[in-house]
Amino acid sequence: MTRALGLVPAIALATALFGGAAAAQTIKIGVNEPLTGAFAASGTYVVNGAKIAADEINAKGGILGKKIELVIEDNKSNPTEAAAVAEKLITSDKVPVLMGAWGSSLTLAVMPKLMEYETPMVVETSSSGKITTTGNPFIFRISPPSAIEAAAFKNIVDKLALKKVDFLVINNDWGRGTAEDFSKMMKDKGITIGLVETMDQGAQDMSAQLSKIKSSDSETVIVTTAVDQLTLIFKQAAALGLKKRIITTGGSQNPDQIIAQAGAAANGTMHLTTFLPWFPDKTPNPEATNYFIAEWKKRGFDFAGCTESFRGYDGIRTVAAAIEKAGKAEPAAIKAALWNINIKGLNGDIVFRKSGPEGKESGQSQPNVYLIEINEGKIEMKTL
Amino acid sequence: MSEFLQHLINMLVLGGTYALLGIGLTLIFGIMNVVNFTHGVLYTFGAYIMFIVVQQLGLNFFLALPVAVLAGWLLGAAIELTLLRPLRGSDIDTTMLVMIGAWIAMQSGTLWIWGGVAKSVATPFPEAPLVLGPVSVSWLRLFVLAAAAMLILVTYLLINKTSLGRAMRATFQDHDTASLMGVNVDMIYTSTFAIGSSLAAAAGALLGPVYVIFPQMGDLAAVKAFAIVILGGLGNITGAVIGGFILALAEELGAGYVSSGYRDAMGFLIIIAVLIFRPTGLFARAERVG
Repeated sequence: MTRALGLVPAIALATALFGGAAAAQTIKIGVNEPLTGAFAASGTYVVNGAKIAADEINAKGGILGKKIELVIEDNKSNPTEAAAVAEKLITSDKVPVLMGAWGSSLTLAVMPKLMEYETPMVVETSSSGKITTTGNPFIFRISPPSAIEAAAFKNIVDKLALKKVDFLVINNDWGRGTAEDFSKMMKDKGITIGLVETMDQGAQDMSAQLSKIKSSDSETVIVTTAVDQLTLIFKQAAALGLKKRIITTGGSQNPDQIIAQAGAAANGTMHLTTFLPWFPDKTPNPEATNYFIAEWKKRGFDFAGCTESFRGYDGIRTVAAAIEKAGKAEPAAIKAALWNINIKGLNGDIVFRKSGPEGKESGQSQPNVYLIEINEGKIEMKTL
Repeated sequence: MSEFLQHLINMLVLGGTYALLGIGLTLIFGIMNVVNFTHGVLYTFGAYIMFIVVQQLGLNFFLALPVAVLAGWLLGAAIELTLLRPLRGSDIDTTMLVMIGAWIAMQSGTLWIWGGVAKSVATPFPEAPLVLGPVSVSWLRLFVLAAAAMLILVTYLLINKTSLGRAMRATFQDHDTASLMGVNVDMIYTSTFAIGSSLAAAAGALLGPVYVIFPQMGDLAAVKAFAIVILGGLGNITGAVIGGFILALAEELGAGYVSSGYRDAMGFLIIIAVLIFRPTGLFARAERVG
């Protein structure tokens, strides 16, 4: 009996050793996304997109002769957790590179950890300008900052005959940054800025803000938040009889989900997005887009999530390309290699340009931005 | 003016559900003296029962409501029997720690079963709102207000006009005397906790379809419920109802005329003000101490 019991730790040791050996055969990539909390829907879509990229790469034999392994952690839509999770991924899982962290406030919270541990991160969704302008050389962003969105939107404001605009934005770096960048662009165009209302990221009842906006004399409302809060806003705006033109920004709207959940209330609304899954042929890389959408559907995911999940797909392909170019899975080499990649993303070529203070620039690629309109429950593309 | 009227209508609808949350907690926290951290989870639980019955089983929306109330009652009774009964007589800190543990375990349970992505429930109400001159309100919210008012009335009558209610009040005023008078004290503890829990589940079942349903939805609701109970005075049902409407009014007017960023801070500001100026709550009866 004693002898049999003695075997147990020996087996455990052997398993641990073997397990350790097996782990060394893969290249780990840390994924820091909100899987619970206010941004759970969006973060989950991004992770599912990332898995498609990882499976595609591994099916072709991986990189540097090894399979890639995503180490996925939930940052709970909470900046404190996002920083803690980044630290865990770097120190305990020993990942040489990260992708994350969806929200601007989440990414900003992770950034000091990247400096501390000198580990690069590909930012796939966040749009606050601050991320690439504060001098963090470990940041490589593939999503458009709100200033790029505002600049793209600039060309259409005359056609829409905007006169006075209210804002309803999520009360964090993303929302406030968007209100700032769009206000600046619109003031230059001679448009009056009315109310700037905010809402907590977890808030479920925006009736008070919407009642206030309903009584103002503006004709358009710019709304910035993620899909869950957006559908509530559309329903609540309809219940209050708010008849203004609604334009959303940020690319996390999942327009199909808005149509499904808000019904008629979604008609006539416009959305700035960063991907066109409805018109694959109009995307910069139709072949890859078609492959991605087919794979997404094959896995049984909701089509509405495509506008979000493509970021995870592009993000992991960006990371993989850099590891390949670096020739080894080490943070400093990957960071250097990120400056030299040129891959075809689903939303344009991913090539990093320098952004921020000299000597410690962050990388920023120049993705496309599109404006779509929901018309009788159908999505139409507007020319910007 | 029309904006102010709209804020008032919003306040009425919101206040009704706040009141429902408040009276459920005032029964448990105020009368039973249990700092009930599971109140928010029961709220979440009620909402998920709606989701199961309406979306997954495809049954009638109006049938789902009593199912949620009953499920909340059963879960509340189970918590009382398994966690609180063995702890009766132990100090408030011990009970509080156990309830915090129950809260975390149950919230993780909902996350494990349903995942973190928000769910929504379809309702039989028309999408177009009811328009009354300058103000409008959705039919669903009107229904929620009516249902909340009915539940509040039933609870009030139960506590004040029935023999069960009399036995409850007697038990929590003087446990030993009530027991000597032939009151089944154990049964009273269980039913009070179960009734309070079923009211939380009812609030979740009513509000789940109005908003979206996710595992952490109860956290903010629980904080608001504590604010309402402290505002209205511990154990005071009328106080909890009025407290619910005051909190809704403060949030509406605060967001409408002060700053929308501070909307959810209003509850805390009210608690601070009440604790400074009227520590026993706005409507507390004079109470014998000791």
